[in-house]
Amino acid sequence: MMDCEILIIGAGPAGMAAALAAAPSGVSIVMIDDNPVPGGQIWRDGPNAQIPMAARRMREQLAACANVQIFSGTRVIAAPVPHTLLLEDAEHGWSIQWKKLILCTGARELLLPFPGWTLPGVTGAGGLQALIKSGLPVAGERIVVAGSGPLLLAAAAAARKAGAKVVRIAEQASLGAVVGFAVRLVASPSKALQALALLSPQYRTSSQVVAVQGRGRVESLQLQQGGRKVEIACDRVACGFGLVPNTELGQLLGCSATPTGLVVNAWQATSQANIYAAGECTGVGGSEQALVQGRIAGLVAVADTAAAQNLWAERRRWEAFAQQLTCSFALAPHLKKLPQADTLVCRCEDVSYAAIQDCTSWTQAKLHTRCGMGACQGRVCGAALQFLHGWEQPVPRNPLVPARIGTLTASYLKGK
Amino acid sequence: MRVNLCINGQAVSVPTGCSVAAALAIAGNGVARTSVSGEARAPLCGMGICQECRVSINGVRRLACQTTCSANMRVEMTP
Repeated sequence: MMDCEILIIGAGPAGMAAALAAAPSGVSIVMIDDNPVPGGQIWRDGPNAQIPMAARRMREQLAACANVQIFSGTRVIAAPVPHTLLLEDAEHGWSIQWKKLILCTGARELLLPFPGWTLPGVTGAGGLQALIKSGLPVAGERIVVAGSGPLLLAAAAAARKAGAKVVRIAEQASLGAVVGFAVRLVASPSKALQALALLSPQYRTSSQVVAVQGRGRVESLQLQQGGRKVEIACDRVACGFGLVPNTELGQLLGCSATPTGLVVNAWQATSQANIYAAGECTGVGGSEQALVQGRIAGLVAVADTAAAQNLWAERRRWEAFAQQLTCSFALAPHLKKLPQADTLVCRCEDVSYAAIQDCTSWTQAKLHTRCGMGACQGRVCGAALQFLHGWEQPVPRNPLVPARIGTLTASYLKGK
Repeated sequence: MRVNLCINGQAVSVPTGCSVAAALAIAGNGVARTSVSGEARAPLCGMGICQECRVSINGVRRLACQTTCSANMRVEMTP
């Protein structure tokens, strides 16, 4: 059994900022992250990734902290007893005891089912960006980016940079909403510049994917563009409808959550004693917000409340930006008509939309059809059905993710 | 710099630092697994959530999108 004073789950911007803020106190800090290297999704490293200087510097600073230990490629499997988490990497399973816990578990993409979305070549929008950074070759490919939010522009830019031809960017929000968002960006010039650089002549608003066709992989896509349907030949479709906070671990630990994220107070403290949360697991709002929230959480965890309070004003600024983001890219209700009867909703158990049509709740769908009972444990279809049917997800149970039997038995034997 | 590994019994050379998900696409059609109803599936979320890219690596089930290729890795599609 390993132990530490502060355990941080997630090494994205929030987690890194929390660790760096807490480190000067000298207490023992352990960071757990499921990616090969720290950085989270936004600063994901790889052969085709270019990481900002500031992020690189944070990584170097962390590596230089003798009291910070980082376990990459490691997942949280379960919370078997209070103040203990069960972890697993590629080879081992082990437990760690903590006194203070900071959850920086980030967000995932909202992926909605539509005809053809299970074909190889369909990915999330942020998903495509992540895959390109990690070396996916897309040079010469025709790519359509669809869905909603500023991530579409970032994904398109990454694809173009990697040599792909982005043939269309289809944003479901209206032109008015997007322009309104862009105008308010002027309040934060760094973001406005980013957005301008990303804009592209292929960008269309009030556009949404209808279906993807192909034999064995993506060959074309049908879009509803305003009042008309258009068909576009392409090799890849990257489609994401914004972000969903990863609240599962927090909820498993008893922390209060709403559909927009884990509930935290001004000190980034959750409803559970000694458990803090920062970054997009508390609400989607970008890396700047995550950084300042992470710093506050790290400082509070080492009882430096005065320094934490000095950061409240900065946090408020980024929270205003997050609010704007959520309103501008609100999903249109007609997106609920995306799946057809034979569209698979649950990709793990291959459950069709028709199979769950008589169900009235998530639990009923699980019991009757195995929807959400596969390897992803409803992370994809659960979030989709929350949007499509308003079905609420129950608090998750141990284990959170698929684990090796050896990891679970080791926990059982040592946990006694 | 390149790394040599073995995907579905075939020798493959990929740039150093590539994920196994990228290597699947470099080596072939990118498919990682066959679904319960027999469909071919490839990486979807790219960030360790959807589990569509799960493969067997040196006999252990792992996610291709969160695993960096290393020398002499044996990668097999999962059923």
